[in-house]
Amino acid sequence: MPSDQPTALERFINGILPENPIYRQLLGMCPVLAVTNGMKPAMTMAAATAFVLICANVMVSLIRGLLKPHLRILVFTLTIATFVTIADRLLAAYVYDMSKQLGPYVPLIIVNCIIISRCEICASKQGAGVAIADAFGMSLGFALALASIATVREILGSGTWLGLPVLPAGWPGWGIMVLPPGAFLTLGLLLGMAEWASQRRAAVKRQGGGTR
Amino acid sequence: MGEPEAGGGEAPGRGHALAMDTLATLILIFVGAALINNFVLHYFVGICPFLGVSRRVDTAFGMGCAVTFVISIAALLNWTFTYFVLRPGAPLPAWVWAAAGGDPATQVDLSVLSYIIYIFVIASSVQLVEMYVRKFFPPLYRSFGVYLPLITTNCAILFACLEIMKHMQDPTKVWGLHEALALAVGGGIGFTLAISLMAGIREELDLCEVPRPLKGAGIALIVAGIMAMAFMGFTGVDKGVHAALSALLR
Repeated sequence: MPSDQPTALERFINGILPENPIYRQLLGMCPVLAVTNGMKPAMTMAAATAFVLICANVMVSLIRGLLKPHLRILVFTLTIATFVTIADRLLAAYVYDMSKQLGPYVPLIIVNCIIISRCEICASKQGAGVAIADAFGMSLGFALALASIATVREILGSGTWLGLPVLPAGWPGWGIMVLPPGAFLTLGLLLGMAEWASQRRAAVKRQGGGTR
Repeated sequence: MGEPEAGGGEAPGRGHALAMDTLATLILIFVGAALINNFVLHYFVGICPFLGVSRRVDTAFGMGCAVTFVISIAALLNWTFTYFVLRPGAPLPAWVWAAAGGDPATQVDLSVLSYIIYIFVIASSVQLVEMYVRKFFPPLYRSFGVYLPLITTNCAILFACLEIMKHMQDPTKVWGLHEALALAVGGGIGFTLAISLMAGIREELDLCEVPRPLKGAGIALIVAGIMAMAFMGFTGVDKGVHAALSALLR
């Protein structure tokens, strides 16, 4: 059974692009839309999610022998909730303003489908080493997706990137991009572009497939 | 964040006026959660079912009803836990602390435990509701049974509980059960409204020619963006509602 599971390296690489949680699997959309009106909140969110994902994956992987099938989702959720509480307290202690700005979206990491799906698909079946590699790959993929959306929204919305001005001072700033509708529009168009690129690649290779 | 400012100030102190004032507050909280700060289109919670279960109007409406149902039960249970155990200055831990011989002047604050308790309560209440509905209302179970287990990981439920918790941190101004339920039911109805509208639009979209890369989630998100712009039109309605209510109830 373990022999046909992907190795650590495959897990790591899969998470970044081939099975990117946002663009390929459409998981964990709430934070992607909610915190991407600037690079700074997006990166804080990516770091917090990465912390929780790595810790939860390792923990679940270590206790996988004890899991009972019908209780496993509950155990996953409670493990994740514990680490989210730690992350939330750490953020409130060291970057208070950012923690205030992220508001309810830090506790909402608990119900981020990415983490539960990684616990279910990878950590509850494979050892801690593979689980760490998988968590790092997925976190990197999630951070890249957040960064791509936040870059578009922050540059078009306020003419800055990570708080540094990049567009000329006369840039009017498309207010809609930092408001909720801009999040939906940006993500929809970026998803379309990712889909277009993969369809092109598939057409070149003359073979269908992919995760979705 | 954008929660409507609770309660007008001009209660003259009589019981009748106080009841009217409470009613006005409840209506404001309800309208705020359902329309002005719609859970899906303003706070982006519950996006997964919003994209995943919005292909047909009847299933979308079933999902909305299931969410409204679970959100109310979770809000009821979590309000109880927060009021008696978790909030700063809650009675139960203070009583245990005093019984164990602690200094009664110390305020016990267990709110660090709230995330774990909330998600535990939500997960187990979803399980209980599923078993109860399956046993006693088989037709209802068949109509939304598939979606019930998915609701555990629906952010809207946890988000409603967190919003309620936010209004219970200040011991001098704690939300009552009626206010918590107004927020939960309003949020659930707002979710139902958004997902049903979305499903209606997507049924029509099936007849249109959508560019191939945008098929599926891409066009759904763009439609959601346009809907969010429409819902932005509700911004400021709460002031009008408040003025109308205070004129009506005077």
